[in-house]
Amino acid sequence: MTRPPSPACGNWPANWAKAPERHKLVGSDGNGRSKMTRKQRRMTMIAAAGGVLAVAVALILVALNDQIVFFQSPSDIVGKQLPDGQRIRLGGLVEDGSVERGMNAEVRFAVTDTVESVNVVYVGLLPDLFREGQGVVAEGVMKGDGWFHADNVLAKHDENYMPKEVAEALKGKGVWQGED
Amino acid sequence: MIIEIGHFALILAFVLSALQSVVPVWGAVTGDRRLMAVAPPVAGMMFLLVGIAFAALTQAYMVSDFSVVNVVENSHSAKPDLYKITGVWGNHEGSLLLWVLILVLFGALVAAFGRNIPMELKAATLGVQGWVTAAFLLFMLATSNPFLRASPAPIEGNDLNPILQDVGLAIHPPLLYVGYVGFSIVFSFAIAALILGRVDAAWARWVRPWTLLAWMFLTLGIAMGSYWAYYELGWGGYWFWDPVENASFMPWLAGTALLHSAIVMEKRGALKVWTVLLAILTFSLSLLGTFLVRSGVLTSVHAFATDPARGTFILGILVVFIGGSLALYAWRAPMLKQGGLFAPVSREGALVLNNLLLTVATAAVLIGTLYPLLLEVLTDEKISVGPPFFNLTFGPLMIPLLLAMPFGPFLAWKRGDLAAVGQRLYAVAGLALLAMLVTAWMEGAEKILAALGVGLAAWVICGAAAEILSRARFRDVGLSTGLARLAGLPGSAWGTALGHAGIGLTLLGIVAVSAFQEEKVLTIRPGESVEISHYSLAFAGLARRTGPNYVDDVGHFDIYRGGVKVAVADPAKRLYTARRMPTTEAGIVTFGLLSQVYVSIGEVHADGGADIRLYYKPLVTLIWIGCLVMSFGAVLSLFDRRLRVGAPKPAARKMVAAGQGAE
Repeated sequence: MTRPPSPACGNWPANWAKAPERHKLVGSDGNGRSKMTRKQRRMTMIAAAGGVLAVAVALILVALNDQIVFFQSPSDIVGKQLPDGQRIRLGGLVEDGSVERGMNAEVRFAVTDTVESVNVVYVGLLPDLFREGQGVVAEGVMKGDGWFHADNVLAKHDENYMPKEVAEALKGKGVWQGED
Repeated sequence: MIIEIGHFALILAFVLSALQSVVPVWGAVTGDRRLMAVAPPVAGMMFLLVGIAFAALTQAYMVSDFSVVNVVENSHSAKPDLYKITGVWGNHEGSLLLWVLILVLFGALVAAFGRNIPMELKAATLGVQGWVTAAFLLFMLATSNPFLRASPAPIEGNDLNPILQDVGLAIHPPLLYVGYVGFSIVFSFAIAALILGRVDAAWARWVRPWTLLAWMFLTLGIAMGSYWAYYELGWGGYWFWDPVENASFMPWLAGTALLHSAIVMEKRGALKVWTVLLAILTFSLSLLGTFLVRSGVLTSVHAFATDPARGTFILGILVVFIGGSLALYAWRAPMLKQGGLFAPVSREGALVLNNLLLTVATAAVLIGTLYPLLLEVLTDEKISVGPPFFNLTFGPLMIPLLLAMPFGPFLAWKRGDLAAVGQRLYAVAGLALLAMLVTAWMEGAEKILAALGVGLAAWVICGAAAEILSRARFRDVGLSTGLARLAGLPGSAWGTALGHAGIGLTLLGIVAVSAFQEEKVLTIRPGESVEISHYSLAFAGLARRTGPNYVDDVGHFDIYRGGVKVAVADPAKRLYTARRMPTTEAGIVTFGLLSQVYVSIGEVHADGGADIRLYYKPLVTLIWIGCLVMSFGAVLSLFDRRLRVGAPKPAARKMVAAGQGAE
């Protein structure tokens, strides 16, 4: 950062001077915009900023309305009619003895909060720490066939970690006794 | 003994930081040169002391000293040496120590290299840096001390989370932290300027190299983190809009805006008040990120041990620093003089547009990141805000930014002529259109969005090239003079061009992967093969291999193209023995430097078959190559003579420029 001046960059001012030179060129075009007062300029800026902000706020509101996914436990959704195609994150424990592996990485398992359970079907590779009796979050859609079609399954990052939503949902059911 | 030395050094550093917080700032305000002179040596000493503490902890990891709680919880004697060192920051306490080490490193760098910074500004800046250092050292000593002893000492440690046992841990956190924490010095400069009540173009010239340095490292750190997640997690994803990713992305966006507004301030003396605010906001977002990642409000691989006391403490630091600095700003900013008028269509105007879009985009990311947390606190409703939200909000805000990008560098300062610039960009627009049409023709009309994306990327890349070529003026001066002109261009001109071209390259990679990636999930048995894109993968079977602290089930794939064997991939299912924790090691083969075949193994069947996930990812490496190009642009900018920390004084510089201005 503090190298001595070297001949390699000795000619920088010649190029640096390009900006003022160009400015001189354009400055003489006299297309009337120079009459814009300080106030008008400021108003233009504010209008532009307001426009961008309005668009952004609209986008965010629409996205928060449509694009968020609610977390539900099996008890929350069993027996209820969910709007067609509504994505949810289903959390709970993988029910013991429920995991069935089919061909081409199709997996069927049940997610339970010990009160209710929901059958889940998923095609893909499961996370490394997916195990029976362990916490899991499956994201997807409840379909008319009674199966929850997951397109994303999350388990834990390490052996101490239980997905937070799952831990809390289970605590609510009085099942989870971890110190988390 | 060494552990106690480290512990003591940390306490001593805290005492010095308390001293640094008061004495030089007082000196700067009262004009007492003796008090101000305290700052540089103290900054150096703090760096030395925290360095000693860091070395002490590293030594404990190297020799597997299991009398230290931190080492017991995160290391294992069988762990390879590289991961013993990187394991130092692969946990909450150690990562904070690295955080503070970089914090004091930047203070020491300013002390050592900021020779031409006025004494008051330098002293006040180092003083403010002392506030941040004191807060974090207190946090460490009170809640997250890495030097606590375990009694009795266990014989063996718990090992490091296997996901972190990767060379990525050696690179990603240090790079990211230098970026993230590097913005602290820019923040300190801004607060110092507010305290002294003086901000001018020279301030921007002193601050810009530090911003560039931090930004460059943050860019590399984010890119490295993205690539690490890509190959380590086995899902083939490079960006998940995960809150911890957003935590590093928000300072990057704000820092990018700051880089641009500082140019306006330096060249035209305008946007002073705004630039100071951006400097404060950028580091505030770094602090927010630290809070999100380290407090345990988010559950992720980055959130190590969670402890409510720590979360509360960081939240306190956050509130005091962000609230305090914004209050100071509200109080002092009106005193700063406004300067430099400019028309909406001008270089300044273009940079303001850049700032507008980048800050609004930052706000969108911030809302998407915080909304689930707020909603849960307020209504107990649990939601997740994922990629669809960000694609719908962040994406549309980036489109006008990218469309406007090639115009910016062509526009004149003060008042520009959009039509004239448009004429100069005809060829670029033509090339972008051509790229769009070729894509649409090759891939079919249903990939229209991809064609538009490729066109946009071509527009940005060619626009950056056009700007550089126009500076060479090959048409007017001929090839050899033109080349000489190119070689003589200031570093910041190359920096702009490479920065913009890098964005275009990253965009091209993202578009190609999103639109043209092929994916297959299937069960494969030894002897079978599977086709993807132009390639055919023959599965030879799985073999057991033993590593230092794990066992691997390695799958062997021979990759053929047109009947000729071109490569092998060996993805693995790995089991770390200390924690009994499995991980997935993807097999990745790069073709032609740009495209990759990616295969990872899932469930292994009794008959020797395996579930695999297979991808062909065209041009995927461009995503990270673009980031490297951007960072290289920042390096060239840093070497620009005008920005050099030891650059000539403004008055002298102006004279030289005026002398050469006639050309």
